[in-house]
Amino acid sequence: MDNIAGKKSGLTWAVHISVAALVLLWIFPTLGLLISSFRTTDQIRTSGWWAALFPAVQNETLRTADPDDFRVGRDGYFVLEGNLYVVDGAVETPDDVVADVSVWGTSSREIDAYLPGETADLGDGETMTVQSNGDYIWTGNDEQLSGRGQRVFVTAESPPEFTLRNYQSVLFDPGNREGMSKAFFNTLTVTIPATIIPILIAAFAAYALAWMDFPGRALLVAAVVALLVVPLQLALIPLLSLHNDIGIGKGYLGVWLAHTGFGLPLAIYLLRNYMVGLPRDIIESAKVDGATDFQIFTKIVLPLSFPALASFAIFQFLWTWNDLLVAMVFLIDSSGETTVMTRQIVELLGTRGGDWEILATSAFVSIAVPLIVFFSMQRYLVRGLLAGSVK
Amino acid sequence: MNPAFQGLLTIIIGVGGCVGYFYFSNQILDKVLFPPRGKNAGRNINRANAIRPWLFMGPAILALGLYLAYPVVETLRLSLTDRDQGGAFVGGANYAQMFQDDKFWEAVRNNFLWLLIVPAASTAFGLLAAQLTDRIRWGNIAKSLIFMPMAISFVGAAVIFKLIYDARPEDVQQIGILNAVYLQLGGESPVTWLTVPFWNNLFLMVVLIWIQTGFAMVILSAALRGIPEETVEAAIVDGANPFQIFFKIKMPQISGTIVVVWTTITIVVLKVFDIVFAMTNGQWETQVLANYMYDKMFRANDWGVGSASAMIIMLMVTPILVWNVYNARKEMR
Repeated sequence: MDNIAGKKSGLTWAVHISVAALVLLWIFPTLGLLISSFRTTDQIRTSGWWAALFPAVQNETLRTADPDDFRVGRDGYFVLEGNLYVVDGAVETPDDVVADVSVWGTSSREIDAYLPGETADLGDGETMTVQSNGDYIWTGNDEQLSGRGQRVFVTAESPPEFTLRNYQSVLFDPGNREGMSKAFFNTLTVTIPATIIPILIAAFAAYALAWMDFPGRALLVAAVVALLVVPLQLALIPLLSLHNDIGIGKGYLGVWLAHTGFGLPLAIYLLRNYMVGLPRDIIESAKVDGATDFQIFTKIVLPLSFPALASFAIFQFLWTWNDLLVAMVFLIDSSGETTVMTRQIVELLGTRGGDWEILATSAFVSIAVPLIVFFSMQRYLVRGLLAGSVK
Repeated sequence: MNPAFQGLLTIIIGVGGCVGYFYFSNQILDKVLFPPRGKNAGRNINRANAIRPWLFMGPAILALGLYLAYPVVETLRLSLTDRDQGGAFVGGANYAQMFQDDKFWEAVRNNFLWLLIVPAASTAFGLLAAQLTDRIRWGNIAKSLIFMPMAISFVGAAVIFKLIYDARPEDVQQIGILNAVYLQLGGESPVTWLTVPFWNNLFLMVVLIWIQTGFAMVILSAALRGIPEETVEAAIVDGANPFQIFFKIKMPQISGTIVVVWTTITIVVLKVFDIVFAMTNGQWETQVLANYMYDKMFRANDWGVGSASAMIIMLMVTPILVWNVYNARKEMR
């Protein structure tokens, strides 16, 4: 319908550009966090993440090796050879150097006195040559080549550099008490039963509400619709005292039950709406053939309702994985053994507010799983959204 | 014990118990209580069928009643009693105390700001994105990317936006993009955005708008596609320009969906907690009701005022609740 009369081609371009701008605006924030999580502490401190995509020009003060230990005598004078970056400890061998020295100098007042490959005359026959990869040759007499290494000021351009070290320390370092590995498993332990249990319970209830005849059915459906919007904030204190009274206290069982209760209205609503739409013939002919309701449910309705089950499963998974409030109230006790990722991140925001390499990496560890689920099962998510709110 | 193994074990017990209930309760009903054989076979089948719906719905009714219906009543009771006096009935004392709290009125004011701005902005951006992406070939990819924040937790989003709002001292490079841009455009010194009263509310709202726009877009895009083409074609034949088509032909036809989207986001806004909790914790005049309630209940341990503020949230949701039930009942008939 867009190709017919009344359409201006100039407007098409405007549409393309504005969509591109909108998309960029929307992914820009996430991109910043993602890129930051692959940068070193120094890089994050010294430049914005957007600078990481371009080569960085850095001024550095490096030092040659100790002449007393490494100098080599040659025809009455001494020579010291090596690589500035190897001495600095930035790389292992000269082959690993990624920086590209553009200018260098030996005095802090003239840090751009020489080009790479040029030889600096330091007076009285003392000379210094620095190559673009940081290789240096320093020559002089016994007195000149002594004491500490010579300072060299280099201006170098280094290509974009990314590291996996943040992820290694956040995920796999057992000595890191702020690591995310334990919280990751705790989150999984909360999420999986808290997704499966409400689906099971809701599927049975939805079947009863859709296909069984009993007094009070309409009332129950209305009640489910009403409970859809009840804020869970109301449930915190009454249920926490209830859990304490019956001995569950704070723990996984409590948080599963809470997530089950809070997720049920949407689950029943979505599943019932879907099951009502299933063809009546199939279910009635199964009944005629002598199948019980339990058999009809497990053998016919459940497999047919797979799309609705999948879309609710995604909702519930995203919601429980991303939840902070329910976990804080019903799960996490003072020992902190059962902390979940969202809670851990909030804690890091408090204690490590400026350490973006830790924050960004931790946050991305917790975001990654929902994003994978989102992109792989988007079809079901959209279908569920549409079933849940548009009629 | 290895946490992975421990987690697996608890998962098996939790899910297994649930599957077990449904399987065995049906088995008992059919095999032990009312077996469909013997001299009462017919009557037994009828009895079993009368009981079975409640067997199917039992756990659901129990969970709904206990986790959502009971708390409404119990919170109302708690809001009228004082825990320090052993739960004595104090009438409206908690409410009176709350109404004298400046922080409460700040939370109410901010909540109204959120209610005004977030649903409107999300719906508007969502409508814009839906309308624009429907016309181009790579629209689905664009949609998918705008929809993506939906999967990100409020806490994750808080970290993402804290990086954007980050401020460093004047003499070092800014790493928060907002300050970097601000200085580029001639700003004098970096601003700590989240501590500027009033405006910081807007910076917090941006996070929720960023998340909710995708939701609005997906639903509105489906509604736009459902518009009969004849209406649009007729308008084109009559010489309407694209803007007239959008505002005069399309918008009126999807107004019902817009209302649904608006109310859904309104409910999300009323419950907004994580974003404020993680980013400012209600400091610098950014308090909202949900966070105020958490503060009172779990920091000040004042269950009375906490419950009273929870009831205020409930009160604000009630019109939407009534409207939803009314619509659902109309549909069932």
